[in-house]
Amino acid sequence: MVETGWTRSTLMSNLIELAKEGNTLTRDTFGLLYATDLADRLENQIIPALRSGFIVLSDRYVYTAFARHLVRGGDRDWVRGVFGFALIPDAVFYLQTDVASLVPRVINSKGMDYWESGMDLHLGADLYDNFCAYQQRLLTEYEAMAKEFEFQMIETVGRGIEEIQEDLRHRIEPVVRRPRKIDPAGLDLKGIDAKVER
Amino acid sequence: MSLTTGPGHPHQYPGRLIIVEGIDGSGKSTQLQLLQRWLISQGHTVFFTEWNSSKLVKETTKASKKNRTLTPLTFSLIHATDFADRLFYQIVPPLKAGMIVLADRYAYTAFARDVARGCDPAWTRKLYGFAIQPDLAFYFKVPVDVSLGRILSGRTSVKYYEAGMDLNISGDVIDSFTKFQTKVLTEYDRVVDEYHLTVVDATAEIDEQQELVRGVVTTMLTEYQPRGSNGQTQVLRRRDPLPSADVAEPQG
Repeated sequence: MVETGWTRSTLMSNLIELAKEGNTLTRDTFGLLYATDLADRLENQIIPALRSGFIVLSDRYVYTAFARHLVRGGDRDWVRGVFGFALIPDAVFYLQTDVASLVPRVINSKGMDYWESGMDLHLGADLYDNFCAYQQRLLTEYEAMAKEFEFQMIETVGRGIEEIQEDLRHRIEPVVRRPRKIDPAGLDLKGIDAKVER
Repeated sequence: MSLTTGPGHPHQYPGRLIIVEGIDGSGKSTQLQLLQRWLISQGHTVFFTEWNSSKLVKETTKASKKNRTLTPLTFSLIHATDFADRLFYQIVPPLKAGMIVLADRYAYTAFARDVARGCDPAWTRKLYGFAIQPDLAFYFKVPVDVSLGRILSGRTSVKYYEAGMDLNISGDVIDSFTKFQTKVLTEYDRVVDEYHLTVVDATAEIDEQQELVRGVVTTMLTEYQPRGSNGQTQVLRRRDPLPSADVAEPQG
């Protein structure tokens, strides 16, 4: 099994860190940085793992980029087009929450940062107000995508970690156990380097 | 919300955007430099920007080109990221300020190169959907052997990605360059038809080409209201200084 995480590509992770620190990222540039990061991980980690019959767990995927782009007033068709190279997941699990639950969790961990609070959007008088308004907008986008892309919903509000994990395992099992023939020709490689095939 | 910018949608800014395209060794950069000097001598305020120069992305692109870790897809995306950053910070502000912006390479470079590398043509065009349509786009057309000769007269070798070595076309750099750049030329021909670029015979004499370029630019600028040069004696640009090329002085 292979795990892959958002903005953790070898190619892009330093650049994305630096860019975020500088607070000069524009909406479209952000989207493209995410796309470059995902493309690098797709080609170097995800596809090779899938070809070898591994299960790949991805913490975040294209939907994160879609949501963040849309709440910034970005063009829906454009961002979806940019990520056209991405494979369609076998399953998407959406961990549902609400702003009231998010706030204490974030405050008790790393705190609210500039980007996570949507400060570039100036939605409120301070970090806290921005955070709440921004996260609510994101949640609305995610809920809309959940319907469109048929995410599997996992409720987290008022539930403990073990309970959520039980639920997740229960839902993942049929996906993982589904018989599958490993057929590279069946993978959607449009727009991806032919070199990966060799 | 649909895109209102992009090829096919003229921009509404008071400035003017002039771009040049062509394979390496086509002489487009020389022509652009001559053009910018002439425009300044005519009293215009000019801002210059070039491909793959955004501070944000430059180091990453340089490092990964050195390590040869870029694939056609990530190559395309990283250049698009650079372009998006420059559009926002370097191209739109001077256009809104009423200046003339000169860009050495534009989205069409991606349509030619990235597609020659195997990226989907429709996907590549959609990727640059946010790009502003230039007021004028020149394509300096040159055969591959001429471009190779010019490159090798200025340097000792051809660069890895320039030669398309990442595509495993050939083990020999020159052979790879020839085959890859031929593909790029084919894609450029498509771009010329699709986006109506002005084609310049890049094998003609430098001053002949420049005369043609100035003529076309003059016609395009007839309705442009310059915002005054403020005594500008040098081109405005935001990039690291490069060693200046030995460029012939404009005649007349």
